[in-house]
Amino acid sequence: MDYLALTLAGILSAGAPLVLATLGETLTERAGVINLSLDGTILLSAMTAFAVAFLSNNPWLGLLASVAVGIATASIVALMGPVLGKSQLAVGFILTLFCRDLAYFLGHPFARQLGPELPVWTIPGIRELPFIGQVLGHHSPVVYLSLILTVYLWWWLFSTRSGLDVRAVGEEPWAAFARGIKVQRLRIVYTLMGGALVGLAGGAFSLAVKPGWGRPQGAEGAGWIALAIVIFGGWHPLRAALGAYLFATLQVLGIHLQEQLPGLPAPLFQVAPFPVMILTLLLVNVGKASWFQDLTFRYPGLKRWLSRWQVTAPAALGTDFRPEKET
Amino acid sequence: MFQAARFGLSLGRLAAALFISFVITTLILLVAGAPPLHSLVILFEGGLGSAAKVTQTIAVWIPLVLCSSALLLTFAPGLWNIGVEGQIILGAIFATGFLRPFPAGGTGLHLVGALAAGMIGGALWAYLAGVLRTWGRVHEIFGGLGLNFVALGLTLWLIFGPWRRPGVASMSGTEPLHHTLWLKGLKGLSLNPVSLALAILAIFFVIFLLRFTRWGLSLKAVGQNPEAALLFGLKPNRRILEAMVACGALAGLAGGLQVVGVYHRLLPAISSNYGYTALLVTMLASFRPHLIPPICLFFAVLNVGSIQLPLQLQLDSSLSGVIQGVLVLAVFLVHGLEEHFRLLRRKR
Repeated sequence: MDYLALTLAGILSAGAPLVLATLGETLTERAGVINLSLDGTILLSAMTAFAVAFLSNNPWLGLLASVAVGIATASIVALMGPVLGKSQLAVGFILTLFCRDLAYFLGHPFARQLGPELPVWTIPGIRELPFIGQVLGHHSPVVYLSLILTVYLWWWLFSTRSGLDVRAVGEEPWAAFARGIKVQRLRIVYTLMGGALVGLAGGAFSLAVKPGWGRPQGAEGAGWIALAIVIFGGWHPLRAALGAYLFATLQVLGIHLQEQLPGLPAPLFQVAPFPVMILTLLLVNVGKASWFQDLTFRYPGLKRWLSRWQVTAPAALGTDFRPEKET
Repeated sequence: MFQAARFGLSLGRLAAALFISFVITTLILLVAGAPPLHSLVILFEGGLGSAAKVTQTIAVWIPLVLCSSALLLTFAPGLWNIGVEGQIILGAIFATGFLRPFPAGGTGLHLVGALAAGMIGGALWAYLAGVLRTWGRVHEIFGGLGLNFVALGLTLWLIFGPWRRPGVASMSGTEPLHHTLWLKGLKGLSLNPVSLALAILAIFFVIFLLRFTRWGLSLKAVGQNPEAALLFGLKPNRRILEAMVACGALAGLAGGLQVVGVYHRLLPAISSNYGYTALLVTMLASFRPHLIPPICLFFAVLNVGSIQLPLQLQLDSSLSGVIQGVLVLAVFLVHGLEEHFRLLRRKR
């Protein structure tokens, strides 16, 4: 029982940065913008968070800096993509490489230093409960933030007026435009807000989940996994969080396996999530293939089983929307 | 006259982009506490300072040109072949695998076989990403990227498992090839005439395919308008797979050359991020083939020169990647702003 509770607590903790990044990207993509730079942004904000925390001896300032970095990168995406109409995929990919190299370059003096970490909060009232207290009662603040944000974003996206506006902008920008919604402005705002959450994910890595900085930090590849989880999650906050915890579970299992099989090189465990990533994307996308539709026509049972996994992207995702271009 | 004006305009754009990159790079160096001008001097001296360094730069230029021209083939039908990195790795694995049964050495024929094996390896890996896209509807960015990590895992498994050096399995790679299986350079220099010729041949071959063949035209048609291409009977999915396989074969050739011509063994870092750098090159060239050789040369100088930074200034060598990224972003920004203000003017 104790062992199970501790494992679940470990999954919640390991999944927190992934959840934050996934929620941020879900928000951005719901508004119709792809921020492909996640992998680089997370590293750069992780490095900045650690460096600021190290220099100021205050982890909260570090966390704030990570958010600022996330917003800064997202603002480049917003400027080049929605505002200037350049390919969002291209800009995001360039930023991925640029931010990663910048993180390694500027983070060089901070590599393998001992720095401050975020405190661990014990929640009175919950901590005393049997089992649940062990799972939920004793965590870093970023873990609580990831849990609260998941529920909040789900409620906000599907139950509020502004959530509806975001979805409208991502699905039918011209219809939204005709209804008087400021499409361009919303796209920029939610790109920046999504970026802030992605930056927070970086801070969560270097100040709580994988404390410290180095080359490699250990968060490499997490951004790509988060981007895939957004798709797996069907652009739905709850399902996205579920996907993030699925990958966190794999990670925790990997650590256990690594203890069992010490002969294998550690980097092998870092690449293990990627075949799983491909398979999950195959699962949620294969229903669109025409050969598969023929197959489900013949075997309706298959369709029922698989249809619940299928996802559709926001219709205007990654498209150029500039009314001034049309006149 | 009109041509000259356009040429002047593009020179102006280049100057603006270079100026922006210079300012940002200087700022980054100041933040890192490094002397900006001195660092840049060391960077360029490190890439061009002596004959030995120039040949090293050319040795980096070769895989960059091979991969960048390969990427022209996948960008033509609008594919984002991020998997090119893994395709280099598979080329290296296949080439190493082909030469492993000959520990006592071999002839030039063995080398040809190894390079062919490398091309097959790269093509297979690209085909896998292509099939994931056409058959499984997984976007090639995620399919390719996932396969890159799988390729890295495969390399590590081989180096620490079945192909480990007797006694000392380590990150330093597999047992070196017999010296008769090395693609030799010119008199002790790392300049390799065969590799150089293959790279130059590759870019002309790609230009020929894209400009002068029906196949190249149909690739571009698929990229411009997949629905129309489907109606015209151009079989977009088949064209996509063909483009991927052709690109993968060239990337695999680059990987094979890294094994037989540069490292003479399989290393965990055998691809040296050349695939990702080549993607930057192709974007910076805006998919125009004649710009690829000069941009590759510039990027190669940065890559080779950055090796000096940790030695002389205790800086991380990733500065080369930072400058390359800044440069591409600056060119994007200048282009984007120009178009933006043209739109605004037209509106008024």
